[in-house]
Formats: sequence, C-alpha cells, structure tokens
Amino acid sequence: NIEAAERGGAFWTNEALTPYQDVVTYNNFYEFGMDKGDPSRYAQEFEVDPWSIEIAGECDNPATYHLEDFLKPQQLEERIYRLRCVERWSMVIPWVGFPLADLIKKAQPNSKAKYVAFETLLDPDQMPAQNSRFAIIDWPYREGLRMDEAMHPLAFLAVGLYGDYLPPQNGAPIRLVVPWKYGFKSIKSIVRIRFTETEPQTAWNMLQPQEYGFYANVNPNVHHPRWRQDMETRLPRTLFSSGRQETLMFNGYGDQVGHLYEGMDLARNF
Amino acid sequence: MVNAKTTGQLSWRRNPALWKWIRRLIWWSACVPFVFQLYGAVFNTLGADPAKELALDTGRWALRFLLLCLAVTPLRELTGIAQLAPLRRTLGLFSLFYASLHLLVYALFLLELRWFEIGDDILERPYITVGFTAWLILAVLGATSPKRMVRLLGRRWRTLHKLVYLAGVLALLHLIWIIRSDISQAVIYGTILIVLLSYRVLNHFKKRAAKAQTTRI
Repeated sequence: NIEAAERGGAFWTNEALTPYQDVVTYNNFYEFGMDKGDPSRYAQEFEVDPWSIEIAGECDNPATYHLEDFLKPQQLEERIYRLRCVERWSMVIPWVGFPLADLIKKAQPNSKAKYVAFETLLDPDQMPAQNSRFAIIDWPYREGLRMDEAMHPLAFLAVGLYGDYLPPQNGAPIRLVVPWKYGFKSIKSIVRIRFTETEPQTAWNMLQPQEYGFYANVNPNVHHPRWRQDMETRLPRTLFSSGRQETLMFNGYGDQVGHLYEGMDLARNF
Repeated sequence: MVNAKTTGQLSWRRNPALWKWIRRLIWWSACVPFVFQLYGAVFNTLGADPAKELALDTGRWALRFLLLCLAVTPLRELTGIAQLAPLRRTLGLFSLFYASLHLLVYALFLLELRWFEIGDDILERPYITVGFTAWLILAVLGATSPKRMVRLLGRRWRTLHKLVYLAGVLALLHLIWIIRSDISQAVIYGTILIVLLSYRVLNHFKKRAAKAQTTRI
C-alpha cells in the first residue's frame, strides 16, 4: 500500500465510489484488447519494474528518470475524481499520485514550451494489440495538453488507486488523470513526456479528427457525431438501475477550469 | 446387386434418424448462448455495465446465426446433402430470436422505454434505423416461415425471402457504424457475408448462362 495525504475541495468529490472490482475490470486500454474485460485479462504479466520516464523537448532539465527515484521525493496525495468516458459511461475513482505541475516545474520548460506531449510504452511483445492489423490506432498511444491545462492543479499523475499501486489495466505504473476531459485524454503507462512549441499529435485525433478533438473537454452541448453527450451512465449499473444522469459541463469542474477556455468556441475546439 | 459401400454412404447421408439427431443437437447448441446470457443476467456476472454487455452479446449471436443460415444453401449444394435444407429455417429463426432479444435489451435496459428518445435515436444515430430495419425483415421472414405461409404465398415466398440478403448487409452496416477503432469483427463477418453473397451472384449468372445455352440449342 502507498501512503497518501488527503485533499478536500474540488479534489475530493463526495459521490459514491465505483467499487474497486469494477474499476479494475472495466477498462479501455486498447493495447491489451478491445473488450472492456481484455485489459484485466491480458495485462497481468505486464512488466512495470524497472520503468523509466524520459522528459524531453523544450525544457532546461531534460532527463530520463527511473520511476522509483523519481517518486521517492514526491509527496503523494489522494484525490477522488469523476471519470467521464467519451463512450458515455462514468466512474468515481480515488486516485493516488501528485500534481502534473510538480513534474513540469522540475523539468523547467523554456519559453518555447506551449504544449506537453505524452506517450505510452510501445512494446508489442507485452501489448499484443499493438501488433494487431485490426486495431487501427497508430501506436504508440499519444496524448497532449496545452501548457496552462497541464499546469492546472486538477491535472494529476496517478501511481495508485484505492490506496494501492495501479494495476496494469489502469495504466501502471504511472498515468495521467485529467478529470474535466474525456477519459481517452488520461493516457496510461507513460514513458515519454515532451514539451513542444506546436500542438502535438494525439492518437484518437489522428484516427478520427471529426470525432475526437485535441481538447476533448467533457461538454454536454457538443455531441459526438455518432452519439449524444448530454447524459451518462454511472457505473456500476444493474439491469434494473440505469445509473443514468446528466453530464455536467467540464465534467462538473467548470468553476475550476472554465477560465482556461474563455473566448474559445468550444463547438469548434471540441 | 447393390454395392454395400454405396448403400453405406447413402445410409448416413439419407438416414432420417441420424439427421433428426443432428438437427436436434444443433437446435440445443443454438440455445447455449441464451443460457449463458440468462445466467449472467440473473446472477449479475456481466460486469459493470450488464445492459451493454447483453446488448453486444445478443447482437453478435443474431449476426452469427444469420450468417450460418445463409451458409446452409451453399453447403447443401456443394455437398449434395439434401437433409441440410431444414436447417436454414432453424438457424434463421434463431437469428430472429437473438435479434429480438437484442432489441428487447436495447428498449428495456438501454432506452428504458423512454420512447420519446427513439425519435432522436433514429434521426441522430442512423445505425439504430439500420439495425431496426434488419430486425423488421427478420421478423417478417420469421412470420412467413411456417409451411402454411409458404404454401399460401406460393411464388411470392421465394421473392420475399430474398430479403434475407438485405438483412445481412444491414446487420453488418449496423455493426460497422458503432466501431471505435477495432475493425476485427467487421472484417471477419464482412468477409463471410461477401463470400456467401458472391456464391449466390455467381450461381445466378451460371444458371442464366446455362439457360441461355439450352435455349440456343
């Protein structure tokens, strides 16, 4: 188990937690398969120790860290966030980790750094779907944030959930959690973080730019071309309780993050 | 004198008792997915979103039985085993059965009978329309499948039941429309459907050519 300080306020929702069992068996981690149960089924042998993270690009302190060394001085905290998937389901998860801003400050991005780009491990031996001809994502999985989004106190790097280390299917050993954006922005099993001057390429946007934008903010008013986004299913549900509820602007974090997008047309920058 | 070997071969191909058993076995096997679905629903072993899981699974089996149904005629013609013919009806009805479950799960557990939303669904999500049309076709074919209806409709029955090909295409389209990134199922089922439909198209032209030749002679 890992020790974590508790935080209140926007970092801590009082909603009922999604049970651990559901959090670790209902996953989208396409590197391990396309069904929700595939990641928990096929990721158990995933090797996360040793793990290194490369910090590169437009910064004064580029480095490659062993995760262990990197985490040692970190003060870990627990946060309870809503997670809203673009597929219209949502969970409430207690994460353990530290603010992304801590890492960014350490790296000291220079004046050219406008964006932060993230990459998941590329290792077809361990991640079988990366070899599949049927999974048409251009691996490695990539994501990115604008610098002000990345520096926002809600943006979080998680190394655990429910007070324990992250299971592989949830993005071990380290993953991003951006609670006001659709789940696919919260990239898993990160090996590279790069500061860039231009907007980085992101996996889903590369695949279907008209369906998945770079920003991917949770927005009940902007629908996915193939399904509405104003409602969601809170998991777990049963056959007779639908868990159906309204989706909130910025997944309910509008007071905290709304100012980041002032003056932006969110229907265009979806 | 009759050759013993020939009678042996004839006897398994035409043995009515054996084929009755085979058909019975196929009938019960076709119920197995339903047993699993029912078990999962009753004992809540379908995961965090059982409604979605049931919808996906019943839909998959509806498509599989439709493809199996379409495979009967080619199989019968290629092997010359006439005893296979009744399976087309059985498998077609199982496809309708699973498609009806699929629709029921959608209406009861996903839509939760909020009928006013169906309008939105049909307009905004054409894959619902396409899937519903496929089910409608299967329902009509199912309703006209009893022998009495076959006799009643006469020649028109054959024409009507050609709609099964359209149902296959619509069902596949319905599947393709919900893909996020994994095209494996669409490729596998699509290939099978293309092979089964091509067989009909080729057969059609072969028969026409043969007919043209006989009239010329």
